[in-house]
Amino acid sequence: MNWKEELNKKAVGVQDKSALLGPDVDMKQFKGQALTKQAFQLPSDVADRAKTVGINPDEESRSGTFFQLDHSVILACRKKEIEGVEVMGTPQVVEQYDWLKDYYWKAVAVDTDKYTAEAETHQHPGGYFIRTKPGVRLTLPVQACLFIGTQGLLQAVHNIIIAEENSELHIITGCTTHPQVKNGMHIGISEFYIKKGATVTFTMIHGWAEDVEVRPRTGVIIEEGGTFISNYICFKPVKSLQMYPTSYLVGENSRVRYHTLIYGMGNSLLDVGSRAVLSARGARAEMTSRIIGKNSARIIARGHLVGEFPETKAHLDCRGLLLSSTAQIHSVPELEAKTQGCDLSHEAAVGKIEEAQLCYLMSRGLNEDEATALIVRGFLDPEVPGLPQHLKQEVRKTIELTSEKVM
Amino acid sequence: MSLLAIENLSVEVEGKKVLNGFNLTIEKGEVHVLMGPNGSGKSSLIMTILGYPGYKVCAGAITFDGRELNSMSINERVKLGISIAFQTPPEIRGVKLRDIIRISGGKSLWNPQIEPEEEFATPLLKKVGLEPTQFRDRDIGVGFSGGERKRSELAQIFASNPKIMILDEPDSGVDIDSLKTIGIDLGEYIKGHDCACLIVTHYRHILPYLNPTLAHVMCGGKIVKSGSPMEIFTKIEEKGYCEYLELCPPGIKEEIEKGLVINNTEF
Ligand SMILES: Nc1ncnc2c1ncn2[C@@H]1O[C@H](COP(=O)(O)OP(=O)(O)O)[C@@H](O)[C@H]1O
Ligand SMILES: [Mg+2]
Repeated sequence: MNWKEELNKKAVGVQDKSALLGPDVDMKQFKGQALTKQAFQLPSDVADRAKTVGINPDEESRSGTFFQLDHSVILACRKKEIEGVEVMGTPQVVEQYDWLKDYYWKAVAVDTDKYTAEAETHQHPGGYFIRTKPGVRLTLPVQACLFIGTQGLLQAVHNIIIAEENSELHIITGCTTHPQVKNGMHIGISEFYIKKGATVTFTMIHGWAEDVEVRPRTGVIIEEGGTFISNYICFKPVKSLQMYPTSYLVGENSRVRYHTLIYGMGNSLLDVGSRAVLSARGARAEMTSRIIGKNSARIIARGHLVGEFPETKAHLDCRGLLLSSTAQIHSVPELEAKTQGCDLSHEAAVGKIEEAQLCYLMSRGLNEDEATALIVRGFLDPEVPGLPQHLKQEVRKTIELTSEKVM
Repeated sequence: MSLLAIENLSVEVEGKKVLNGFNLTIEKGEVHVLMGPNGSGKSSLIMTILGYPGYKVCAGAITFDGRELNSMSINERVKLGISIAFQTPPEIRGVKLRDIIRISGGKSLWNPQIEPEEEFATPLLKKVGLEPTQFRDRDIGVGFSGGERKRSELAQIFASNPKIMILDEPDSGVDIDSLKTIGIDLGEYIKGHDCACLIVTHYRHILPYLNPTLAHVMCGGKIVKSGSPMEIFTKIEEKGYCEYLELCPPGIKEEIEKGLVINNTEF
């Protein structure tokens, strides 16, 4: 049995294993088969929708592009003039590179739950592979779009990102559905390997639809002096979304930053956390979340800091704002020190908009809705520490675009 | 027709009477000074003029420029030409000082695509002595010193081009040099725009710049004495508010006397 078959067997063994968190999704209701045929050009309605999650269909100011529509990879390439980065479909890489076995399901366990199992055994595997070669520093981001174009589809992707030693990689991932797609499911496995001295920034924008189930599973391994910056944005409704990306800081002086912006609305259930396991001297983690709850949305904002080694430091900062009396925000910060010398802290505050702020803005001429919108905008400040300037502008633009209708 | 006319106003906050038969009229271009011990209802009067929630009008009426304010929302009222410098403005994270100044002036948020260099808030910040490059992009109130807070309020007032400005202790917690620049700025503005002004203050220093028409002493939610500003100030500086307490509504005197002990140590 080769390594792939072994993993597959392991996956089959946990096909009924419910996840620890989030409502259990019956995956049988979804189709494995896509309606869309292999396309070589992006249909214009697909391209337009992709723009709302940060994707530039014309590939302007990008190092490379990956585009998956349903199960078909439409684009996987780097810009001709950009050297030192590989952008491919993961299934193709599995065939091509035997060494991938050292990365495949090494940051996320294949037998985590039924969703990881589904990703491994799915009829039409997908996902992207992005790798920067040692010492290569890309300034322009690589973009990746995972798009559901068929009603009721179950899309499962497995992404592998490798930043070799001293390289720098920026990724913008946009996940969305066709405007006509109301329900479906997305399972996204993402495994990041940040080698010695490498930096990866990962901006992920989710723009799903009201009846879409979403179960990402993410693991990040950060070596000595490596930095991972995650910037997660979700401003659209979803049926339920549960994720708890975990960073393993295994190298000395490794760093991780999570910045999470969530605008929960409708009947969305969002169970979103970030976890950092600090297991080397000098490792640092910082997490900030800004959560808005509107309509009847329910949002659970988790954070888990695990200190396993002395001289480590981590901080978690979660703020939630309720815009309706039927929305709920539940903040669950966890600090776990397993040895002396871990400096772990958190602050959390959840409440409604302060009347004093609202009235103050009204006393400058805004009506109540305008004043609320301005406070909400300020609250969801896209200022991500550590993101390069041009990317900040990019993210800000996306937020403006995404938030146009909701704010 | 008076610019601002307040008649027999009685107001409750959380069941407590804070204004008690308050009367005041201000004509176009006039400058009035309002004094009174802490807790006498000066800020409450301002909040009531604005229509802040929680300030329940039990009796009386406020008219501005011939319009009855009682049923209007805060933003409708200020749009008639009322502009306030708050005693303790809130902090609002993520909302930029340049934007609140622009909003005060009826402008949209700063958009660098349309306006590469911000042109509206910048000169106003300069005018009130806040270095624009440092303060433009600051969050409202966050980390501001007492004096910076007062100046940022003034910039918003100047932006809004009001018919009346209402200043709640613009000179408290401000050093003597800043007091002078604030005074000069205000005086010039009032004169240049024929703007009326109601200023709440405990100090006389700022008054020469404003050339006030009348001063009022407030106690227990009403005006107990009106007269020439310098005369009234001189008297209060000599004897404090004690003699005005006799003029308070019954039952309130004792309560204020308790407060006065604290008040005096503050001066
Ligand atoms: N929002 C409020 N809640 C409770 N009490 C208040 C509120 N606002 C004012 N008060 C009370 O009303 C009285 C008048 O306060 P204020 O108008 O602030 O006085 P001044 O500005 O003259 O010092 C005080 O006793 C104060 O404690
Ligand atoms: Mg006051």
